[in-house]
Formats: sequence, structure tokens, C-alpha cells
Amino acid sequence: MLSDLTILAGGVLLIVGSFFVLAAAIGVIRLPDLYTRMHAASKAGAVGGGLILIAVALVEQDVAIAMRAILGFIFLLLTTPLAAHLLARSSYFAGYKPCTRTVVDDMSGSPEQNSANK
Amino acid sequence: MTPATFIDWASLIALVMLTLALLLSLTRIVIGPSTSDRVLALDLLTIVVMGFVCAIAIRTGLSLYLDIAIAVALLGFLATIALARYILFQAGKGRGP
Repeated sequence: MLSDLTILAGGVLLIVGSFFVLAAAIGVIRLPDLYTRMHAASKAGAVGGGLILIAVALVEQDVAIAMRAILGFIFLLLTTPLAAHLLARSSYFAGYKPCTRTVVDDMSGSPEQNSANK
Repeated sequence: MTPATFIDWASLIALVMLTLALLLSLTRIVIGPSTSDRVLALDLLTIVVMGFVCAIAIRTGLSLYLDIAIAVALLGFLATIALARYILFQAGKGRGP
């Protein structure tokens, strides 16, 4: 009975994680700018992938597989914001400006933007 | 409804949604105005592929696919970092390799 309940919870988490990944893809299509698309891809994509990994851990019901899935979830949660931040920083210093509807740009007067060797 | 049929239906629904996400990411890779947009969509596409591999692992019951999913996540992270450094180097502001 308890294993049936765990399998049902794993299936529900699989559907919810896939929905989060689909929402991230829709945000990457719909949003107007690189820096807003980065929010959608990084946050919703990391949460969706982590929920799918936890669904694998709940359905298989093995300690080794659960440890591997939780390790993968922690890895995803640590590396996805890092990659998105590095990509946005590189794009800003390479000259990709935010869209015209951006209200405030705190990095417009930074000294690193004008130095040619940073 | 037994748990086996529920897992079959749930994995089928998840595969359909992940297929839609993959098509949208590929659309952004094709129409992206700059290199950074394409790199960001590629990062999302590696997460989508990881979800595909996990859904197939649930559907078939073979847990060896989980190692492939972790390897795909690592590969996507390293590819994103390398391409970000390439963008910075291409603009003449990086220190080079």
C-alpha cells in the first residue's frame, strides 16, 4: 500500500516537473530580452529537472538510485544559476544591451565595462 | 487504476509536454537574434533532454538511464560555460584561452 502511494506521488511529480520545463520553454519563446529569458530558463528549468529526478527516485524505490537522483538534483541546483549568471555577464560585457522597456540598469556605469582587458 | 497503468499514462503525458518544450527550444535556437540567445536555449534543451531520459527510465524500469541523465546535465553545464567564455573572447574583452 505504501509503495503504491509512493509510485503515485512519483507519477504526479513527473507530470509537474514536465509542466515546469514546458513553462520554461514558453518563457524562452515569449519574453522580449536575453536577460528576462535567462530568468525563465534558469529558475523554471532547474526546478522542473529537479522534480523529474525526484520522481525517478520515488518510482524506483531503491536507496542507491535515490541517492544518485538526489545528487543529480543538488548538482543541477548548484550549476544552473552559475551558468546563467556567467552567460548574462559575458553577454553584457560583449555589448548586448537590455531591451528598451528596461527601467533601471545598475551596471551601465561600471568601470569593468570600459576596460578592455577584463 | 493500478499503479502500473498510472505510471504508463503519466510518463506518456510527460513525454508529450517535453516534446513541446523541445520544439519551442529549437525554435528559439533557429530564430534567436544573437549568439547568447542560442546558447541559453541550448542550456534549456539539455535540461529537456535530461527530462526525456528520466521519463524513459521511469517508463521502462531500467535505472541505468539515470547515469546518462546526470552525464547529460554535466555536459550541458560545461558547454554553456565554454560558450560564454567564447562570447566574451569574441568581443575582444576576454583574456583568451
